[in-house]
Order: sequence, then C-alpha cells, then structure tokens
Amino acid sequence: MKKLILATAALAMTAGFAMAQDVVRMGTEGAYPPWNFVNDSGEIDGFERELGDELCTRAELTCEWVTNDWDSIIPNLVSGNYDTIIAGMSVTDERDEVIDFTEQYTLPDPSSYLAASADVDVANGVIAAQTGTIQASYVASSGATLVEFATPDETIAAVKNGEADAVLADNAYLAPIADEDADLVLLDKEVLIGGGVGIGVRESDGELKAKFDTAIASMKADGTLNEMIVKWFGDDLETF
Amino acid sequence: MSCWQTIQDYGLRSIGFGERLLPKSDFTLCEQFTLIGSGLIWNVYFGVIALGIGFFLATALALAKSAENPALRKPAELFIFLFRGSPLFIQFFLAYEIFVLLPKVGVDIPLGFTEITVETRWLTKAWLGAIIVLFLNTSAYTGEIFYGALRSVPKGDVEAADAYGLTGWARFKRVIWPTMLRLAWPAYTNEAIFLFHATTLVFFSGFPAWQQKGDALYYANYFADKTFNPFVPYPILAGYFILLTLSVIALFGAINNRLNRHLPQDRRPKLRIRPQIIR
Amino acid sequence: MFSFCTDPSDLAQFQWFSCYLTTGKHLAFYTSFGTIMLLLVITAPTALLFGFGGASAARSQFAPLRWFGKAYTSIVRGVPDIAFFLFFVIALDQAFEWMRHKVKCPDWQDPIRQGIDFVVCRDAKLPLSSSPQWVHETYGFLLAVLTFAIVFGAFAANVIYGAMRAVPKPQLETAEAYGMNNRQVFWRVLVPQMWVFALPGLSNLWMILIKATPLLFLLGVEDIVYWARELGGLKTSVFTYPHADWRLWYFLGLLVFYLGLTHVSETILARLTRRLSHGQATISGEQQRKATP
Repeated sequence: MKKLILATAALAMTAGFAMAQDVVRMGTEGAYPPWNFVNDSGEIDGFERELGDELCTRAELTCEWVTNDWDSIIPNLVSGNYDTIIAGMSVTDERDEVIDFTEQYTLPDPSSYLAASADVDVANGVIAAQTGTIQASYVASSGATLVEFATPDETIAAVKNGEADAVLADNAYLAPIADEDADLVLLDKEVLIGGGVGIGVRESDGELKAKFDTAIASMKADGTLNEMIVKWFGDDLETF
Repeated sequence: MSCWQTIQDYGLRSIGFGERLLPKSDFTLCEQFTLIGSGLIWNVYFGVIALGIGFFLATALALAKSAENPALRKPAELFIFLFRGSPLFIQFFLAYEIFVLLPKVGVDIPLGFTEITVETRWLTKAWLGAIIVLFLNTSAYTGEIFYGALRSVPKGDVEAADAYGLTGWARFKRVIWPTMLRLAWPAYTNEAIFLFHATTLVFFSGFPAWQQKGDALYYANYFADKTFNPFVPYPILAGYFILLTLSVIALFGAINNRLNRHLPQDRRPKLRIRPQIIR
Repeated sequence: MFSFCTDPSDLAQFQWFSCYLTTGKHLAFYTSFGTIMLLLVITAPTALLFGFGGASAARSQFAPLRWFGKAYTSIVRGVPDIAFFLFFVIALDQAFEWMRHKVKCPDWQDPIRQGIDFVVCRDAKLPLSSSPQWVHETYGFLLAVLTFAIVFGAFAANVIYGAMRAVPKPQLETAEAYGMNNRQVFWRVLVPQMWVFALPGLSNLWMILIKATPLLFLLGVEDIVYWARELGGLKTSVFTYPHADWRLWYFLGLLVFYLGLTHVSETILARLTRRLSHGQATISGEQQRKATP
C-alpha cells in the first residue's frame, strides 16, 4: 500500500500540488485483467489505471485509487466512499438509472463463449457466468442452462473440469486466456450485450462528470485513447 | 401484477417451479419477499437433513472420542479437530474443488425391487455436495458437544445403573444416553441455530447456483445487485431468519421439556438459561 | 526482492518460486495474516464490552433499557452474520456521516438523500476525502471491528446473561443482608463470581470468532481470503509471474493456518477447563481423582 500512496503523491505533483482541492477517489475492482488488476507488486495496474491517471492529469484532478468488491461497488459509490467507478463497467439502462456515466471510453465489447471444444451447443448447453454480470442475465433469458459462480476464475475452472460446456464473458477478458491455454477455444459466435464502458459517477456529481467528459473527449481527439486501447488489448477490442 | 400472482409465479422458484425468468426491473416489495422466502426452502432443506443425519454420526463420534481404545479415539479426535478447527467457508471451497476432480462415473446400487444409479457428478451439485459438507461439519460440532456432556454425566447416575445390574448397551441406552442428551440439549440448540445460519454460505462460496435456483441469500444478493440498494433485501432476509431461529428454538424447547419431563416443574432446566460449552 | 528477480521468465524453478513468493503482492498477503490477528485481538475485548453492556441492560430494572438489551441479543443472534456483514458497514458509515453532518453543517440546505445518493457536506465526510489512503483503510478496518463486535457482542451478552443468572441466589441474598444496595451487589458480588460460569461459553465464542474471520473480505478489508483468491487465480502473461489456477494450494495454506490457530487456542482453553472440573462430582472429575495416586 505504501507504494500506492507514493504513486498517488507523484501523480499529485504532476497535477499541480498547489491546488488545495479534494482528492478524487477512483474505485475499481482490481480483479479483471487487462482492464484493471493488482499487479505483482501490489499496485493497481491495467488499462483503466493508465487511462484514469491520464484523465486525472488532463482534468487537473488529484486522484487516488481504491479497490472494492464488485458486488458492492455501486452502493459504495452512492454512499460516498469513493467518487468514481472505473472498473470496466458497461453502461446499461439499469445502472444508468441509479448512477451517471461519463462519455464512453471504449466501444461496446462483445461477449464471447470460451469452451473446451469448438462444437459446443451454446443454445442448449450448460453455460457458466459470473453472478451479477450482464452475461448471467443474458444466459438466464436464453434457453441455455445457467451456472453462476462468484468469481471469474471459477467460471473458467468450471469449463476446464467439465462442469460447464462454455463460459460467457467479455471478449477482452477471455481472449488472452484462450491464447495461452491450448485446451480452451473461443467460439465464433459473439453476442453484443452491454454498451460501451464509461466512468460511473454519482448523479449528484455533475461537475466531476463534466470534467471527465472533457478529458475523455480530448483523449479521443488526439488519438491517445486509441493508442492505449491497442497497447492493452491488441486487436481484441475495437478502437474509435 | 397482484401480489398473489407473484407468489404463485415465484413461490417455488428456488426449486424450479413457476416462472423461469426472475423479475428484471420495477422490483416490488412483494417480489422480494416472495423470492427470498422461496430461497429459504433450500436453507431449511440443508439444515434439516444435515442435522437429522448428523445426530447419529455425532453420537458415534462422542462415544468413539471417549473410548479407551486409541484406534477408536484418535480418528474421532482428528475428525472433530479437522472440522471444528477450520472455517466452514474454507471447507466448502476445498470440498467443491475435490468433488469436481473426482472421475464422473455412475455406480449402480441394487435396491432389490429396483436399481438406482448414483453418479459422482451429483456431488458437485449443492443439493448433495453441500449436504455432505454440512453433515460432516455439524457432526463434528455436535460430537464435541455430546462428548462434553458424556463427560459431565453425574457419576451417581452411572453407579445407580451399576447397582441395578445394568451393563453395556442397556446401561448406555437407558441411563447414560438420556442424561447426555439432557445435558447437551441447550448447547445442541445453539448448534442447530448456527447450522441454519451457516446454510447461507452454500451458494455464497463454493457451490454454483444452477438456473438461478438458490437459497435466501442468493436472492437477497440478486435484488441488492439489481436495485443497488442493500437496505431492503438484506433486512428481509434477516427477518426470515429471525422467524426460522424462533421456530428452531420453539421446537428444541419442546423436545427439551420432553427430555426433562420426569423432573418436577420448577427443577426443569429452562432452555438456554445457562448456555454451555462449545459449539 | 532478490537481485536475480529482474527477469522472471527464464528462471529455474527454485529461483522462480523464491521471486514469486516475495512479490509485493505476496508481502501484502503475509501482512494480512497480521490484520486477522489484530482484528481478533481488538474485537474480543470490544465484543466482551458490548456483551457486558447488553447483559446488564437485559437485567436492568428500567423497562425500556431491559427491552433494548433483550431485543439486541435476540435479534442479532437470530440473523446469520453474513447477512449483517453485507449491509451493516455501509449503514454504520452512513449513520456516522449523518450525525457529523447534523453537527458540522447545521445550515446545509440540500437534502442528504438525493434519490439513492447519500450526500453530506464536505466536512462531514468520514474520513475527509483529503486524508491519505491509510486513514481510509484504518477507518474501514475499525468499521469492520465494530461490526464484528456488535454481532459477537450479542452472543457474548447471551453467555454473560446466563452466567449472571447462574450465580447462586444465596450469595446475592447474603450480600443484601450485609446492607449492600443493588449497585454494590452487582459490582462486588455478582460480577466477580459470574466469570467462572461464563468461561466455557466465552471460550466457545472465541473459537467461533476465529472461524468468522474469512468473511472479513465482505466488509471491504483486504484479508487473507481476498489475497488467496487474488493470488491463486489464473494469471495470464499480462502478469510478471503467469501461472495456472492455484487457488486450491492457497486455500490449503489457509486451512493449515486456521487449524494451527484453533489448536493453540484449544490447548490453552483445555487447560483452563481441566482446572475447573477438578474436584467436581462428574465422570471427568472422577477420572481425575482416580488418576492421582
């Protein structure tokens, strides 16, 4: 944690330490590589870490990173324990009713099926998904048999040990796993479930939302956002 | 949709009857009450079955642990230590990991008139796998309670049985065992309450929920997740569990009265007044 | 950690592991064992205090206080701890901030609840949003301690209440005959004597408390279960030390830790219990008597 504080301090310097403004606390999950994860030295790392730091610099904000469990990530935001959610959260209607989203910083990421063999019948088979994800609700309303696990790791394990025929999750999360594990393949079939990903802020926090909107727009305009997407996702995720 | 309609649609959802899809938006209080209540079926099922079978293993464990012969005593001590010494949360996780590693085979068991096939893949389903973990867990806890009670049986009772010429099985069944139960009952009541509470861990860690069929906590979690408001579903869950706990206390209190029916009214130990030993 | 760790991809197995097991993340994992012990050490006396308060309230002459004490013990004990943990921390946090808001910003006009948002003035934030990260973490940890203490305090209250009633009546009557008032009887006679009766129940509670700590991650504290899941999970080559799903090994490590912890506690508690059953007219007392030549 010490390192994290140092990192924030360094960031604060670059953002102009003299400004006596509040720290913006960035909430993330820290368990969803390559979007966000805790790296081997215990720091929050990933696409969203780099993006978030850049956005804070551009918006001249002092930012600090915190992790929170996925299950309670929205209740803790509205309760004021941190000020943003930057955790690969797709914009959905239900979420949008409760919190506000900034301009989206990635295009919608299609969901893919990861299976042990390419000929799995995803329409009628047993499909694993993480509890509380948009993929879980999608599978529930399709004809397939849904098995829900608490963590993404368990969903992958379920496919490997034969409990489930396939797992449905974001393409950008599954693609690196399929690349490195010879036993697992990505199916051709992709489904588009959620919208793009944006930063979640409290509805009462319009000022902060505006600042991030401007910063994201400027990163889109000068192409730095696309560079960052390519750096972290390769061609698993479309650029703007 | 009227509330009665909701109850018809979702009242038995947790065991697979009624509407296939869970409500997705505009959640009413009625829906939350119905589904969380429906999930409670699983908690009751886990608790009742595990306690029911566990009682017998617990008695055997208590006897084995108090045996002179180390071949009986050591395994019982180890078993009790292993299951009482580690958190249930971790037991669920490890058990599930082991169950999925087992080869998926079917074993035919002839029942005389018919034959059933027992399949090892059932072990990875909560209805069997979680029962096994809970059963072993509660047996270990109850075994320790019974063991403690066995050691506290007044020596006068045993001497009196000897004087009547009772030995072996008869002495155990007619003197020691009833006294043991009487002594252990308050602590056993607590254990039962804890076990019902522990059933909420089944779908929360380890065992996956199939087709959104889960226990009360699973549905409470579902609503908290969809409404982003934890302050409604969890208190509903809490309310249901208070009712469940009260029923357990009432049932065990009735049994307690029966166990102590030979004593004069004012000398009957009231339940839970002197909470004893070790859960 | 070690000098040869700069490029882990071409290390021999032993060296790879010595690097892997000393990453910053693993050090955080090892530290979290300390967090658990710290939590136990702080929570136990706090819960005892809550328990004592609850039991005293339940015995009070003053009816509302008595109702409060009884309601506290029976409601909290009737609910699975996990259900409490899932919403209690947010509730406590909001309650504290609401109180501070009322004190610090009396002329605040906007509503605190805007839809689902919970908005208090900047000075009422707990901790202040300008305070460093460690303050936030300590605050989160203290909230977790408080939640644990409230839950386990209810169980302790039940044990202590029972123990208070187990103190023989004549003792109290004698004290009254000596002219002590209620308060004196309570503090000078009842409280010193009840501990003997409370000990079995309390030691039992200690064991339950130990085994409730894996749920700490629900309270937002990065505990050993959090790290075991995090470290054990499948690591692709985005990470410096890629590996397969090793959660099983990490959880086996936790199992060993908990077995060790309960074993130590059990040894100490067994000694206490043996002392207490010395000279009692029970089977175990009888065995002890026969064992001494």
